[in-house]
Amino acid sequence: MSQQPSSARRGARLLAGAASAATGLLLLSGCTGGPSAEMNSDYGFATAEQVADSPITVWVDSSREPAVKAFTEAYPDVPLEYEVYDGNAGGSGTFQTKISLMDQAGEGWPDVVFSTQQNDAIWASQETNGLQAFAAPLNKGFMDEEFLDGFAAGSLDYSTIDGTVYGLRNDLAQNVTYYNQRLLDEFGYEVPTTWEEYGELGDKLAAEHPGYILGSLGDSFMTYVYYGGSESPVFQADGTEFSSDVEDPNTVAITEILDGMLENGTLVQDSFFGAEFAEKYADKLVAVPGPVWYTGAIFQGALGVPAGEIGVSAPLHWEGGEIETGNVGGGIWYASSHTKNLDAVEQFLEFATSAPEFQVEASSGYPANTEAAKGWLAKLAETGYFVNEDFEQVMADAAGQIWDGWSVTKWSPESAWATVVIPGIAEGETIESLLPVWKEELDNEATVNGYTVK
Amino acid sequence: MTTAGAAPRGARRPSAGLRHSTTSKRQSRFNYIFISGYTLLLIAFGLLPTLYALFLAFTRNGAFVGVDNFLRVFADYRFLPAVLHVALYIVYWLISLTVVVVLLALVVHALRARWASSLSRFLFYIPGAIAGASSVMLWLFVLDPTVSPVSGLLHAMGYESLVRVVSIDNLPIVFTIIAFWTGAGGWIVIQYGALNNIDTEIMEAARIDGAGAVKTAWYIQLPMMTKWISYMGIMSLAAGTQLFVEPRVLSQATRGVVPEDYSLNQLAYLYAFRQGDFSGSAAISIVLLAVALLLSTVFIFRGRLFESD
Repeated sequence: MSQQPSSARRGARLLAGAASAATGLLLLSGCTGGPSAEMNSDYGFATAEQVADSPITVWVDSSREPAVKAFTEAYPDVPLEYEVYDGNAGGSGTFQTKISLMDQAGEGWPDVVFSTQQNDAIWASQETNGLQAFAAPLNKGFMDEEFLDGFAAGSLDYSTIDGTVYGLRNDLAQNVTYYNQRLLDEFGYEVPTTWEEYGELGDKLAAEHPGYILGSLGDSFMTYVYYGGSESPVFQADGTEFSSDVEDPNTVAITEILDGMLENGTLVQDSFFGAEFAEKYADKLVAVPGPVWYTGAIFQGALGVPAGEIGVSAPLHWEGGEIETGNVGGGIWYASSHTKNLDAVEQFLEFATSAPEFQVEASSGYPANTEAAKGWLAKLAETGYFVNEDFEQVMADAAGQIWDGWSVTKWSPESAWATVVIPGIAEGETIESLLPVWKEELDNEATVNGYTVK
Repeated sequence: MTTAGAAPRGARRPSAGLRHSTTSKRQSRFNYIFISGYTLLLIAFGLLPTLYALFLAFTRNGAFVGVDNFLRVFADYRFLPAVLHVALYIVYWLISLTVVVVLLALVVHALRARWASSLSRFLFYIPGAIAGASSVMLWLFVLDPTVSPVSGLLHAMGYESLVRVVSIDNLPIVFTIIAFWTGAGGWIVIQYGALNNIDTEIMEAARIDGAGAVKTAWYIQLPMMTKWISYMGIMSLAAGTQLFVEPRVLSQATRGVVPEDYSLNQLAYLYAFRQGDFSGSAAISIVLLAVALLLSTVFIFRGRLFESD
């Protein structure tokens, strides 16, 4: 055992080395969150030192990739790199996760980010651990006031915190009612206008033409379509107070309708974006409430329904009530406050949200930028896709009828729906029986995110 | 450390000649060089992060807060379910791993035909070559009844959709199967090596005494494999408590049906990167470390891992 002392000494040396290295690491990490740089009054935030012609990095989801492609074609001399990520879809939180990592590292931020969620401004506008907020204020001098005024009324609300705009809306996502005129004529049915009629149509369809459907509950965003769209106060936040009322008459009534339609098979559980949906239901979808982006993403895209079959009508509402509708997404573009090339970022944001090359030609959604929206609607009218000529009016009206009782919070309402309701109904349980569990999950999530539950 | 410690002793051995001792010295120098790479990496990516986590776990924004971070994490409604999920998975996994791997190793070892033995070892080993996340991707297809090559089997078990296959009650089994499929092959090869290590004289003596394959396995082979089995236990336990990639990929693929806070490591991840609470995250990591250390100690002493033959 003669090596014992030397080994002990070595051990001690090792420990001492490790300890001093650890101290260094701690000191280092303490420094990264240092005081923020000086405010640049031209922009309303502390801008990073600008490097002319430095490349900008853009994060997009795959549906927004054409925006980048169109931009590089239009401005080949603006150096741009891009990365396709999940677009934060389904409340995955990828956007925030990655930015947190970069905040911790103190470098590596992307310059422009597209997110399909509506709640990112809540965290992106906040300093984290003493580090400047990621999202750059856009209406404090960075972008033209006139340009910002060109967005549909209320469309920048989700990304506006205390009067400061942090993100530009890509597309609007108000719900309307889609119907297949060919099938309705064949079966002799009318387009449903209320939730009650929607449920009754389900009963009739199931009895007379089994196999045909009126929608799906398999995606987590259905929580916005059916609960947000039916004015159910399930997801309400007032400041940091959160409440979820699953005993409200609207909540109970829509749940009953949905349970009935699940039971009779007119609502299915396959995801709209699943491998088999198109194959199983392309010519079986009779009518469905859904956001305006269904036009490109579902009917023209996934299902490939030819022009001249689909029509859109006003959103479903309660009998005798006002028309109030839900909102499902509508992506938002953010600029990084850490960017070294503000000019290129501004140029890109303007292009992505308003240039017809993307918003009219290649975007599936209803542009939030009013000018681009005109072009988009005109293009749809030209192709004669919809059977009803007043579809532009229907969509435009619905944009102003979004119910304000569904809040945007730090976390996404989709995750509770995904973990509680989707697996629950897959096991054959009714939504009614899942309501208390759903509420509990929502309340728990609220608590964890620093809200007080009413 | 043990190899490095052994070398200087050889150098000081009085019987060694001068020439011999220079060779030994040179060898010992090489020993240090060889282990230095590992030691440096261990310090950089093992020891220092651990110390940093310890510091974070007991502080908040740089100020010492005692066990506050731990209490906050324990009170989180997601903590206990995550503990249970991981515990259940580990129980399933360790038991199935130990039993099946040892059994298969014994069977492979007992195979008389040389080609059959090497072929089966090769086949067992192949899945292990597929790295973590990609193996989960592969299993996504296997588990989805709409595209699975074994969809008939899934339908027969009453599963019509991926959502039902990955329901929260099934997950420990699903993860066990995935982990077993990717990890067991390597262990079978290692245990096979352990069996080969057993002196042929002992095996022959057993055979002469009239012991059959089962008795030999039970009274001779198994007791002589204990060390290797507990080694497997420790390594698998360490990997098991860190369950992360599998539920994370499944969660993204099912758009949240598999919760993103299923395992403890995922919860730590959410704490750090969703809530910006690195102290809470560090507290969870320290709890994991403590549990893994405790259980490993049990394995080490029960399995007599550090005793020499």
